[in-house]
Amino acid sequence: MLSFIIRRMAVAIPTMLILIIASFYLMQFAPGGPFTSERPLPPQVLANIEAKYGLDEPTWKQLVNYVGGILTEFDFGPSYKYKDRSVNDIIAQGFPVTLTYGTISFVLAIVIGGILGIAAAIRQNTWLDYFAVGITIGAQVLPNFVMAPILILIFTLWLGWLPGGGWNGGQWQYVVMPVIALSTSYMASVARLTRSSMLEVLRSNFIRTARAKGLPNRTIIWRHALKPTLLPVVSYLGPAFVLMVTGSFIVDSIFSTGGVGYFYVNAAFNRDYAVMMGLTILLGSMTILFNMVVDILYAWIDPKIRL
Amino acid sequence: MTNVTLNPQQPRTAEMAARMDEVKGRSLWADARARFLRNKAAMVSIFVLALVVLFAFFGQHLSAFDNETIDWDVLGNVEVLGKPSLANGHYFGFDESGRDLYTRVVQGTRVSLMVGVIGAAIAVIVGTTYGAVAGFVGGRVDSIMMRFVDIALSIPYMFVLILLLVVFGRSIGMLFVGIGLTAWLDMSRIVRGQTLSIKNKEYIEAAVATGVPWFIIIHRHVVPNLMGVVVVYATLLVPQMILTESFISFLGLGVQEPLTSWGALISEGVSTMNYGMLWQLFIPLGFFVVSIFAFFFIGDGLRDALDPKDR
Repeated sequence: MLSFIIRRMAVAIPTMLILIIASFYLMQFAPGGPFTSERPLPPQVLANIEAKYGLDEPTWKQLVNYVGGILTEFDFGPSYKYKDRSVNDIIAQGFPVTLTYGTISFVLAIVIGGILGIAAAIRQNTWLDYFAVGITIGAQVLPNFVMAPILILIFTLWLGWLPGGGWNGGQWQYVVMPVIALSTSYMASVARLTRSSMLEVLRSNFIRTARAKGLPNRTIIWRHALKPTLLPVVSYLGPAFVLMVTGSFIVDSIFSTGGVGYFYVNAAFNRDYAVMMGLTILLGSMTILFNMVVDILYAWIDPKIRL
Repeated sequence: MTNVTLNPQQPRTAEMAARMDEVKGRSLWADARARFLRNKAAMVSIFVLALVVLFAFFGQHLSAFDNETIDWDVLGNVEVLGKPSLANGHYFGFDESGRDLYTRVVQGTRVSLMVGVIGAAIAVIVGTTYGAVAGFVGGRVDSIMMRFVDIALSIPYMFVLILLLVVFGRSIGMLFVGIGLTAWLDMSRIVRGQTLSIKNKEYIEAAVATGVPWFIIIHRHVVPNLMGVVVVYATLLVPQMILTESFISFLGLGVQEPLTSWGALISEGVSTMNYGMLWQLFIPLGFFVVSIFAFFFIGDGLRDALDPKDR
């Protein structure tokens, strides 16, 4: 087990370094420096500003400073567009919001998707099964950027039940629609995975043995079938996390929730490279770490995985 | 008894051998085609998709307007005057800047389909070559190549794509390259796995043992078995590419005006639904949803047809 964790980390840490270095050098390729504007600055002033931000140093030294800042002080540097805000301020402001609706969506997707999938498998070829399969197919073609406007149309414009945007400190009325928009597609994926996995488990030999012993159906499902059923769901947690992060781009821009997605997309429009780089590295590293944790969890749960 | 049974059998075998020529052999592909043609959802999807493609290619000839002219009479009061109407020839009405929405949708459909097909083509070509080389060569080369894929796969690609688009400019060419380059990784994994398993199959061994030349082995035994998987994933890649492009264009980071795509049109529709201009949201949305549905059904149908053990 320990050697597996170490080996997994031996992949994750270089990946994170590649992500950092690649996004750093990509930014060097970007046309125009961060201070290029319509009215060109006098060269003297430009040199002073660049010296202030350490941009006059050779590229490799900037990279070392940058990575050093992240590792030692968790400092992602200043935003070149907004002088009063650093990338850290943006993270501090947006991240709790994203994390709140992201976590709720995550938990809901897994719980509801799992229950739906299990129910569909137990009652295979009944209306419940068709309903679940229908939902999973529908959710494939209704990605979050389609779900979100339809939700606003129904619940805000027609029914007037929920506010169409904003966050308001996370009051429940403001959280409902972002969560539905974000979670539907991966709830469907979880349901589909659970259903097919449960069907496979129910056909396996040890379940037949359990039935032959005369165990009640409930015991068979909960005691014997559930754990092997959930294995593929565990391996889906990583991709689901990625969907949560990228989905926040859409949720934040449609519902104006003010999470990190909003800042990322805004930075992309304003060519605020420092913010983009900081957020890419933070969210990318989190994804890589999360995938690693999921892999380790999977190896721990599934005895068939050879370490 | 034994004498009697031996004799009549001989003419019967000869007869059967003669009849063998009459019975046509069923190839893997003929079998798959028959299975695919029986799949109703897939057949309907092909029909629907053919209509969408025809619409994309020839749709603009049905309209007297073009997609860039602004109708100044409508502008400013689009929510009342810009409704879809067959009478004035603006079948889908106007968008919020007074342009004919029908021709905009034609153009958006064309761009979205193009991104889907070209992006998938890039992914298939790069991924298949990479995966096949890794699988055939094997050994250390294979493990280095696949380790690279592992690392690249664990980087969230949406960030990479947006970074590329911002750094190299938001052009449609960059969109093709960016989407294609991030999508080939899965393809290469699948192809490599398939190549490895084919390489070690008994029928390959049997072919080698009976002295079949290697190019016929590749042509007759390896490629057909690889093609099934490649075709299925290529069809399923197209809607994924369209989804990715729409996602990016929805955010406004994808195709730029005057070009448009389904994602960009949906995004414009969202911004005007407050004013009751629902047609601007639901018409492109309808095209998007129906086409993605069709692509998925065709992909599923092909998978069922080409990979019968999966059912």
